[in-house]
Amino acid sequence: MTRTVVVTGLGATTPVGGDVDSTWQALLAGTSGVDRMTHEWAQPLTTQIAAEVTVEPGEVLERVKARRLDRSGQLALIAALEAWADSGLAHAGDGASEGASEGAGEGAGDVDPERVGVACASGIGGIQTLLANYDALVHKGPRRVSPLAIPMLMPNSAAANIGLAVGARAGVHTPVSACASGSEGIALAVDMIRLNRADVVLAGGTEACVHALPMAAFGSMMALSRRNDDPQAASRPWDVDRDGFVLGEGAGILVLEAAEHARARGARVYAEVAGAGITADSHDIAQPDPTGMGATRAMRRALEESDLEPSSVAHINAHATSTPQGDVAEALAIRAALGAAADRVVLTATKSMTGHLLGAAGAVESIAVVLALHNRLVPATINLDQQDEAVDLDIATKQRDLPAGDLAALNNSFGFGGHNVALAFRTV
Amino acid sequence: MASTEEIRTDLAEIVNEVAGVPADDVQLDKSFVDDLDVDSLSMVEVVVAAEEKFDVKIPDDEVKNLKTVGDAVAFIERAQSA
Repeated sequence: MTRTVVVTGLGATTPVGGDVDSTWQALLAGTSGVDRMTHEWAQPLTTQIAAEVTVEPGEVLERVKARRLDRSGQLALIAALEAWADSGLAHAGDGASEGASEGAGEGAGDVDPERVGVACASGIGGIQTLLANYDALVHKGPRRVSPLAIPMLMPNSAAANIGLAVGARAGVHTPVSACASGSEGIALAVDMIRLNRADVVLAGGTEACVHALPMAAFGSMMALSRRNDDPQAASRPWDVDRDGFVLGEGAGILVLEAAEHARARGARVYAEVAGAGITADSHDIAQPDPTGMGATRAMRRALEESDLEPSSVAHINAHATSTPQGDVAEALAIRAALGAAADRVVLTATKSMTGHLLGAAGAVESIAVVLALHNRLVPATINLDQQDEAVDLDIATKQRDLPAGDLAALNNSFGFGGHNVALAFRTV
Repeated sequence: MASTEEIRTDLAEIVNEVAGVPADDVQLDKSFVDDLDVDSLSMVEVVVAAEEKFDVKIPDDEVKNLKTVGDAVAFIERAQSA
């Protein structure tokens, strides 16, 4: 029999808030996290706006801990510790993990560490550490390259450090699929629990690449908005005047747990992760398939795996990055996947406020979906002044209520490389 | 030429920055590994920072001989007067 997977803890640090509650309130209120960058390195770039986290990780983490982590690892650890504490696992029983990092956690609490896993994705990994050490190498010589450079820059660093902090001794993984990574992390965690490889998995993603090189590279791809004179209006999914995405940074972690395990310890359950659909376009390395077929198949597959009918889907948190092609391809895909039922779905694009968090996007947006179902409230999509005619769907431009009763919701994430992930969640 | 105490004070600042050990704990008789809990990667960072701070070379082969803070201070004093 398939094990049911539920969400029992949430943690995030984002461009609109330093934790889950402040992030959620900002999303409901329609607050933009985008601003003009003040970094000197940003001045020559064609895009000088980004969505940086509201709370610097150095303000939260102990200094020595922080200097041993890349910024992406810092953000991930902050989100993971919040999620872990929120799950109630942190304070139950005594810490069973003598290997746990000092001061970072209580150990795995009342759960067997060998049944705790991590699936923390990243699109790019420790790129700020990589680039800083390359600068040191070029300008000061090889001896100045930090002995911590490798453990900080390796893409699995964030997942490994989360594992150390909570004493996770089941699998610790880092799925990498560009902007679909965070959702793929959640899909992998669901599999781990369903296959009985773990009872609890900290799942999500992290990204911290607001830096000259990635911004120049995305700029060269013509992928970024250049609305430098009006930063808060730059991320405008589905609007006729959208001109590219806004790069953001942040992390989101969900504690996923086998339903019977959560029930046995009396845990608070936010929602059920009903299933996932993962497909590939095999169309182009960077462009979405204009027919949206891969995305359609991902959504259909997620519904099938979840044993859900299209008519039960009340809400979709779309990938919708504010790019000219991607937003339309996804709208067509939603229509194709749900058919007439798409008319009754309330969409939102929280990227209009957070910018595009790349490998963390699917995680932070899954948290938004979980809270939307839990609170029966859909967050706003801002900057939708004139909806693209090619997008024939109901988009919440203000906070919107969801009806009572059993509801399902989807979270879509798509990545360079043609990766499509749709996650299905259900009220409990 | 810096005095022993000046070198110890500067070295203590480095150890505090790298490993978070309170600077006052970094005394001459303290072992980096056993007393101050400075692991091998942190020790590499301390050595490189000390080379820059004191304008000396501390060869990799020498690092294993620097067991205590006093060993390191004495090495730096010798290297500075060489």
